Formats: sequence, structure tokens, C-alpha cells
Amino acid sequence: MKYAMETILLALAAFAALLGAAFAKDSQFGAHMWVLFFVLTASVIVLMRTSSYAPVDILAEDKSAYMDGPIRYGVIATVFWGVTGFLVGVIVAAQLAFPDLNIEPWLNFGRLRPLHTSAVIFAFGGNALIATSFYVVQRTSRARLFGGNLAWYVFWGYQLFIVMAATGYLLGITQSREYAEPEWYVDIFLTVVWVAYLIVFLGTILNRKEPHIYVANWFYLAFIVTIAMLHIVNNLAVPASFLGSKSYSLFSGVQDALTQWWYGHNAVGFFLTAGFLGMMYYFVPKQAERPVYSYRLSIIHFWSLIFLYIWAGPHHLHYTALPDWAQTLGMVFSIMLWMPSWGGMINGLMTLSGAWDKIRTDPIIRMMVVAIAFYGMSTFEGPMMSIKAVNSLSHYTEWTIGHVHSGALGWNGMITFGAIYFLVPRLWGRERLYSMRLVTWHFWLATLGIVVYAAVMWVAGISQGLMWREYDEQGFLVYSFAESVAAMVPYYIVRTIGGLMFLAGALVMAWNVYMTIRGHVRQEEPLPGAAPALQPAQ
Amino acid sequence: MALLDKHKTIEKNATLLLVGTLLVVSIGGLVQITPLFYLENTIEKVEGMRPYSPLELAGRNIYIREGCYTCHSQMIRPFRDEVERYGHYSLAAESMYDHPFQWGSKRTGPDLARVGDRYSNEWHVQHLIEPRSVVPESVMPSYAFLKETPLAVNTISYDLTANRRVGVPYSDEMIASAEADIKAQADPNADTSGVLARYPKAKLGDFDGNPAALTEMDALVAYLQMLGTLVDFSTYDAAAGYR
Amino acid sequence: MDYTTLRQFADSWGLLAMTVFFIGAVIFALRPGSREAAERAAQIPLKED
Repeated sequence: MKYAMETILLALAAFAALLGAAFAKDSQFGAHMWVLFFVLTASVIVLMRTSSYAPVDILAEDKSAYMDGPIRYGVIATVFWGVTGFLVGVIVAAQLAFPDLNIEPWLNFGRLRPLHTSAVIFAFGGNALIATSFYVVQRTSRARLFGGNLAWYVFWGYQLFIVMAATGYLLGITQSREYAEPEWYVDIFLTVVWVAYLIVFLGTILNRKEPHIYVANWFYLAFIVTIAMLHIVNNLAVPASFLGSKSYSLFSGVQDALTQWWYGHNAVGFFLTAGFLGMMYYFVPKQAERPVYSYRLSIIHFWSLIFLYIWAGPHHLHYTALPDWAQTLGMVFSIMLWMPSWGGMINGLMTLSGAWDKIRTDPIIRMMVVAIAFYGMSTFEGPMMSIKAVNSLSHYTEWTIGHVHSGALGWNGMITFGAIYFLVPRLWGRERLYSMRLVTWHFWLATLGIVVYAAVMWVAGISQGLMWREYDEQGFLVYSFAESVAAMVPYYIVRTIGGLMFLAGALVMAWNVYMTIRGHVRQEEPLPGAAPALQPAQ
Repeated sequence: MALLDKHKTIEKNATLLLVGTLLVVSIGGLVQITPLFYLENTIEKVEGMRPYSPLELAGRNIYIREGCYTCHSQMIRPFRDEVERYGHYSLAAESMYDHPFQWGSKRTGPDLARVGDRYSNEWHVQHLIEPRSVVPESVMPSYAFLKETPLAVNTISYDLTANRRVGVPYSDEMIASAEADIKAQADPNADTSGVLARYPKAKLGDFDGNPAALTEMDALVAYLQMLGTLVDFSTYDAAAGYR
Repeated sequence: MDYTTLRQFADSWGLLAMTVFFIGAVIFALRPGSREAAERAAQIPLKED
């Protein structure tokens, strides 16, 4: 029987979850284990219903071709979690403008905010990275994914991690470490899934039929191993009980702060930058149908990026109780980081040299170009904000939020959308996307949304920082803190509108992807200047 | 050149690439973080710091659970306006028992590092139940449910034990009397000499306006009221102190 | 081994070693003989399908 072992293991895990719920030491852990029990039981039922009792060898699929099943699921998961994460983002943005939208206790801002950040970074971004890395590593290695069904385990295990993290946040289960909020047992599970991911990826590279390892795979590999290291070190903790959700960090105070921001910044550096650069180095050349501008520059980009990024964390702790030398070190490396980042941006953009007309005619290329432009913009803004004098104004304000979103929406979002539009027709064997005009709609909704969002938060942050430090002639502080909060409300409202536009764009994409998968082709006027065969079939 | 030829090998050998990457990224972390773990030896202990009392620790866990750190920092920077607004700048030693730290990264609301003793218990309870009734500009969510939720006390000794495992100096006596202490600290009629002996300067009495019940509101307010109150800055010598 | 020694090592030799390694990587990538290999590698994604 196919999946017999998997079904049995899942059923056992479901039973263990039931035991966990029965003997839980705290109510949150009990509730969380019930969630786990229901998810696992549903999985067992689904597996049993889809099981076939024919002998295994009859069901054997073609093992010589690329393994695209987990990638197809990954693309759908990326779209789904993307829409979810953006939606929660719009909700928390609205809660700041209209605090009555908080519904205590489960839907208060403090519990929804980690849900938003994790949904966008780990659910949307993570699924995009896993799916595209599986696609890229097979194509550039000319080898099937290593490990057979292990790739499926990686996909489903990662979804379970997301569900457990998300429901945990709503229940109030959090370590309070930003972007590493899930508690110890979810962390341990993610570690297992991540090691499986590393095995699949590395095994495929080792099996490759191409002598050279293409540079995109370098970035993906650096992302996988570094995230593993960061995740393990930053989540070292001692649980209060093995049947309880609460744990206490191994480190305290200043050491804990540095460890957390060493993690936090490198989550940006290796998850949101290195991984997505892997995407850029594959999908931009593919969509532009020309090799990367300078392959040698991409090698320098790789080494300098992983060299410099790992040092930059302390810039999150300027003027805190962290020793000054560590702050200065963080600042110096952050400023140096500007150079490789722009080297990479130039490399990505110049890949289009000689084919600049594609920006006009191909909305997918346009999306990728804007992504790279936002990469350049936020990697300029970041080093600037790491300068201590600038940071003294920007830290703790909305400016930081604006900066993060120009990177996350502009760079990560747009390059992922570009990759999804590239992948969907190929993965489902469609002649082209359902509609190119909808891609253009998505492009403009998303771009305008980001511009509104980033500009508003920039102005909000600077005025907030200036209000906090403004003195009058008599030497008194001009504004109370509450006045600075009141001053933010108009910005919060406009920011919510920017987020809504971005969400609307993502919904347009979801519709386009759905219709493409269903095999529909929209009858529409071709885009001006577009060549008739915009998306050549496989 | 021999060294340069090696890179060609790296480019073609996945394991080497993996090891090289890991080496590069771990050196940065090691060089930067490791020295800090030797900081304890040189850092001057600040007088007055002590582990959290069981009630304060329970309150701190509620603070973490509700994600208060997403909007409130607990780290005052040494700027004129911050010191004037929030009090003496934060010292490294003040978060030495914080597993995890709560410095925060965003001030949608004000810094809370020294919010203790600034407002009355009644103000805090009212503010947590309906923030805009005391601060009209506030965008804080309501936490009225805390006053209706009984505080879980039976597992508090586990929490102290886990804290001891990660280095907080809780004594056997503190752990043994944790459950009694958590109840006594919020009970206006209890004998609190033991609590005060173990946790000097602990705030005592009913916090949530309902002496009959020990609620999560009691714990959270007890935590907020002790924030930044342990170190006496009138006797603190800034020149000798390290930050 | 205490904080001061470690910290001095970190911002002197530690930094120097990293810088040398990095410059080595840059020189390697830009060395004269690498152009042809790089151009071949750059074609990898365009070869398939």
C-alpha cells in the first residue's frame, strides 16, 4: 500500500498530540495540542482516502524526470499564504488607526502582529524559497530532487510548522523574540524539517550532471545552512515543562539582545536577501532570455554579502546598553554592505542590457526590474539608517516599519510575483498565463501600494522622531508622548490604504494563477508592443 | 596560483561550498557574540538587582504573551529627551535576569523601562481595561479579560526552576515557597515578611481592585509597578558603572 | 581569556583575517583566467527546457 508507513506515523503523532492535550501543564499548551491533534487526524483521513491498495510497483511514477509535484503545491501555498499574510497586515494596520478593531484576547494587535510578520516572511517567503529552490536546483543541476518523498515531507512539514506557529500566536504562545516567536517544541520540529530540506537540496546538487554549481544554488545553499545555524542558536531555551508551552531563553539581557538581533538581522540577510537573490539569479536571466550580466560579479556578490551581513546585527541596538565597540562594528559592516548590495542590483538590472524594451512589453520583466530597484533602494536606506546619528532619530519609529516594507513588499514580494508568473504556465503545462493584462494590473496596484506605504511611513517616522526630541526655548519638551501618538493617526490611515492596494494586487494574482491552472486563456487585446508569443511553451 | 585554483574546486564541490559558507558566517557571529559572554566577569553589578518575585515573573509572562513588546520598548537611550521623558538611561545590568530580554524595537507606545511607581494601581487597571478612558489619544487594545482570568499559580515553581537552570539565582527556598509567595504578594491580608525578605522592594497588596481573587491583572500590574524601581539611582555612580 | 582580550582580538586580527579572505575571493573571481569559465557557467540556466 502506498503511504502505509506515513499514515501509521501520522496516526501515532496524532495520538501523541492527544496525550499532550490531556496532560498539558498550561491551558495554552493544551489548546495548541488539540489544534495539532485535529490537523494530524485530518491528514490521516486525507491520506487514507487517497491511498491506493494496488501493488507499489504499478504506481511507480517516472523517476527520470524532474520532481515537480512539491513545487506545484509550493506555488499554490505561496499564493495562499501571501494573500493571508497581506490580509493580516491590512488588519493590524487598521487596528493602529482604529483601535476598536482589536478583539480581545485572540485578535489583539500584540498577538496578530507576529502572525502578520511570520505569515509574510516564513509562510509566503519561505514557501516561495522552498518551491523555487527545488525548481532551480533541478534545472541547473539537471538532476531529479534527491531523497524521493523527502521533498513532500519538507513541504507538508513546513506547512504544519506554519499552522502551529500561527495558531500558537493567537493563543498567546510566543518567545517574544521577533521573527523567532514560536516556542521550543515548534522550533524543534522546524529544525527537523529544515535538516530534511538541506538533505534534499544538497543531495540534488551532489547528484548533478552539470560540472559547475550555478550561482543561484550558492545563494540558496547559504540561505539554508545559515538559517539552520541562526535558528538553532537563537532558540536555545529551557522549557518550564515538557508538557507546557513556556520556555526561558538560555541567554539574558545584553547577551540575549545581541543573539536575537544577530538572528533577526541575518533572517533579513539570509532569508529575505540571499535566498531571494538565488531567485533573481535564475528567474531574471530566464525571463529575459539572456545570461546574467556578469557571472564573476555574482561570485563577488555572494562572498561579500555573506561576509558582511553576519556582522551587521548590532545596528539594531544602537545607543542601548550593548557595548559601544559592538555597535560601531555593526555600523561599519552595515555601511560596507551597501557596496555588494548595489553590485548585485547592477548585476541584476544590467542582465537586461540590450533588451531594455522588454520592460515596456513584458509585465513580468517589469515586475522583476521593480523588485531589483526596491532591493537597491532598501539596501541604500538600510546602511543609512545604521549610521548611529541617523539611527538615533529613526530607531523606535515608523521609519523602520517603512524601510522593512519597501524591502519586503518591493523586493521580496515583487521578485516572488515575477517568479510565480514565470512558473505557473510551465509547471501546469499551459501555453501562457490566463491574462497578461491582469499582470499589469497587479504590477500597478502593488507598486503604487508600496510607494504610498513607504512614503507615508517615512514621513510619519521622521515627524515622530522629531516630535519626541523637540524642545522649546525654555528648555521644555514640546510634545507629550500621547500627542505624538495622535499625530500618527492620519499616516496610519493612509498606510492602511497602501496595504489594501497591495493586497488587491495579490488577489488579482491569485485569480490569474487559479484560472491559468484551470487551463483558461483570457481573450484579450495583446499588450502594446508585445510579441505574439510572449510565453513560449515548454 | 595554488590558492586561486582552490576556488575552482569550491565552485565544483558542494560540500566544500557548504563548509566554506558555514565557516564564513559562523566566524562573524563568534567574534561578535562570544566576547559578550565574558562580559559578566567585567561588568559591575548594580546594587538592588534581584530575580523577579513569582508574581512579577507571572506578570512578565503575561506581558510577553500579549505581545506588549511589539509596541513598548524597555530600553532608555542616553539622550536628553529620553532621560527627561522616561528616567535614567538603562544599564546592561538591569536586564541581567531577563530571559528573554524585553528591550523591544518599536515605540508605538511609550518606553516602559521605568514605568513602575509612576501611576497608581487603579490607573493601570483602568488603562488596561479601557485605555482611551484615561489616555484619549491611545491606540492600545483593551485587556479587560485579564481581570476576569484567574492567575495560574500551580506551575509557578516550574518557571522558577527553569529560570534557575538558565542562570537566575533562585534559591531552593524561593522555589519551595514560590506558590505561597505568588498568592501572598497580592493578598492584602497575608503575612508578607517572607516575600519581602526574599524579594526586597517587592510591591505588596491587591493590585486589580478585587482582593478576593488573584487574577492575571494582579500579576501584570505587579510587574509593571516594579519596572525600573530596583536600582536606586540617587546612590548610583555613573562613572564607575559600565554600560 | 577575558572580555578585553577577546574583544581586542575581534577588532584587530579577526577583522584583518576576514578582510584578507574577502579580498582573496574578489581577486580570485576577477583573475584573468576566469572569464571563460564564468561565461560557460552563466549559460547554465538557458540551456535546459
